[in-house]
Amino acid sequence: MLGYYTRLALKSFRRNPGLTALMVIAIALGIAVCVMTLTVYHAMSGNPIWWKNDRLYAVTMDNWDPNTPYRAQPKLPPPEMTYKDTQSLLASNIPERKVVMYSTDGVISGAGSAAAQRVGTRLTTADFFSMFEVPFLYGNGWSAPADSPPQPVIVLSREENDKLFGGANSVGRTLRWNDHEFRVIGVLDDWFPRPRYYDLNGGNFDPPDGAYIPFRWGLDLELLNNEDTDCWRPEKIDSFKDFVASDCIWLQMWVELPDAATRVRMQSFIDGYWAQQRNAGRFPRPLNNRLTNVGQWLRDREVVDNDNRVLVGLAFAFLAVCLINTVGLLLAKFLNGAAITGVRRALGASRRQIFIQHLIEVGALSVLGALLGLALAALGLAAVHHLYAAAHLGHRGGYQELTHLDYVGVVWAVLLALAATLAAGLYPAWRVGRLPPAVYLKSQ
Amino acid sequence: MLKMQDVSKIYRTDLIETYALRSFSVEVTAGEFVAVTGPSGSGKTTFLNVAGLLESFETGSYELDGNDVQRLSDDARSRLRNERIGFIFQSFNLIPDLNVHDNVDVPLRYRRLTGADRRERINSALDLVGLSSRARHMPSQLSGGQQQRVAIARAIAGDPAFLLADEPTGNLDSLMARQVMDLLEQINEMGTTILLVTHDPELARRAQRNVHLVDGQISDFRAYEPRNAATEARA
Repeated sequence: MLGYYTRLALKSFRRNPGLTALMVIAIALGIAVCVMTLTVYHAMSGNPIWWKNDRLYAVTMDNWDPNTPYRAQPKLPPPEMTYKDTQSLLASNIPERKVVMYSTDGVISGAGSAAAQRVGTRLTTADFFSMFEVPFLYGNGWSAPADSPPQPVIVLSREENDKLFGGANSVGRTLRWNDHEFRVIGVLDDWFPRPRYYDLNGGNFDPPDGAYIPFRWGLDLELLNNEDTDCWRPEKIDSFKDFVASDCIWLQMWVELPDAATRVRMQSFIDGYWAQQRNAGRFPRPLNNRLTNVGQWLRDREVVDNDNRVLVGLAFAFLAVCLINTVGLLLAKFLNGAAITGVRRALGASRRQIFIQHLIEVGALSVLGALLGLALAALGLAAVHHLYAAAHLGHRGGYQELTHLDYVGVVWAVLLALAATLAAGLYPAWRVGRLPPAVYLKSQ
Repeated sequence: MLKMQDVSKIYRTDLIETYALRSFSVEVTAGEFVAVTGPSGSGKTTFLNVAGLLESFETGSYELDGNDVQRLSDDARSRLRNERIGFIFQSFNLIPDLNVHDNVDVPLRYRRLTGADRRERINSALDLVGLSSRARHMPSQLSGGQQQRVAIARAIAGDPAFLLADEPTGNLDSLMARQVMDLLEQINEMGTTILLVTHDPELARRAQRNVHLVDGQISDFRAYEPRNAATEARA
């Protein structure tokens, strides 16, 4: 009977094309708005390295002003660390991998015929690439011995390699970074974790850096952080050396811990270090050392702000309005066909069969609504993408990168359309089955 | 086969109650051709709707083929209606966007017959009403008489025991009406029980028995002589 009911649904659509189009548009609009907001919300709230959620931990320690907690979240320690604390914790052999990093701006020149250009550069330790599972197109990252003393090696992003070397394999080529010669040892493949969980100090959804060099170069070349640097107490800082020795926070630290026991050991190690430092007069605030996994890190840093949640709520409210209108239109359409339903009842259709017939018509409507909704959502997301592209004058980054309809959006659209429209169609389909057929047989 | 005992059907509004059938009792045996007559509002159509399981009733009992219909679920009543009863209406009630073949197919679909079985029954019903060549026509492409013959084909395609006809000639001219009545007589001779609601005493006289209703009650039973005997007498 499924095929028969589907044919009847298509005939019914042809009988009232205007009304059918109106319902499909109402469903599609509601679906499109929901899919657009959910796509952005999903991209913002997703954990881009979920499979390592129980292995990767951001390290934070509360070395802040004893009288005033750090910024808006008084229960959390500051998200960055001091240089001296990271170096002490780096000495631990407990983590499987450990990374300290910050980012700065550099100028690359002498790369073939390409003009000199500014490039965001991450100064990091060797484990960065394996810890965050960064894919390579050519070559590899550097190994631990290249960290100290720092070797003149550089890894380029694919985009940067395209600009500098036209996309060719540049491993082994040399270039000048801030007027120092570096040898290219690796080129990343496409890699764009959203949000950029490992460093949320810039834009949460900014693209990764264009170049990566060993962390120690930052000290040797006295390179300042181009993101957050916070200091809470007056200190005499006359040189880069003073800055490095200060209690200013400016570095990100991550560790990879293979299991819960290792995590406990690492936590004890950090707490032990804290106690030692506290005895020496540092860490005036209560004990608040944290190993935070990526999911909790994104929540703590409020990557998904409240506006987005409100937007999702409003989108669903809009969908509800569309569906309420659809319920009204469906009811009008079904009651308009009551005479034919009466004939079917007289010829032996049960209430259940009439209900199923109309529910299948609603299902067919929802499929059409989902298809049109998907198309509208794709158009809408493309429009937002272009809007942000224009606003950023062609630079990548921010919301622009979130506005792609992915498979999650498609699945959401289909599920939403089916569930929502079927829910909206339940009452009209039930109602038409309860009509007394005799009344309509005489009046047809 | 069809037995109603003290059946009452009441239509209620906020202010008044109207008895469409009042302590109505009737028995129709297999193979009968019964005409139901009476003035407008006398309850003829209500009787037909109750008999066809399209309407419920307040009091009394109704047995169809030994089934106490009051006790049946909607599914069971629908199945009984589909398998045992055929309907013919004054305004034909064909489904306008289905062609002749698909209109006749409707009750067979609900019986879940195989495609081959349905095709055979549809062809045979259309043959009987003389419209095999119009199977792919839409109802709007047919005359009133042809539409009513399609409705008859649809009613008999499922081989029902009962045919309930509500003013089947009311919208037809006299020639078409005669053809439809001839067809109904032919179907009755094949063993189908027919209940025919009509205003027309001439048509009523072609039935074997007349049940006359006034204010929801039977006011008169009249048995006519067998059709063959009457035809011979007229000759």
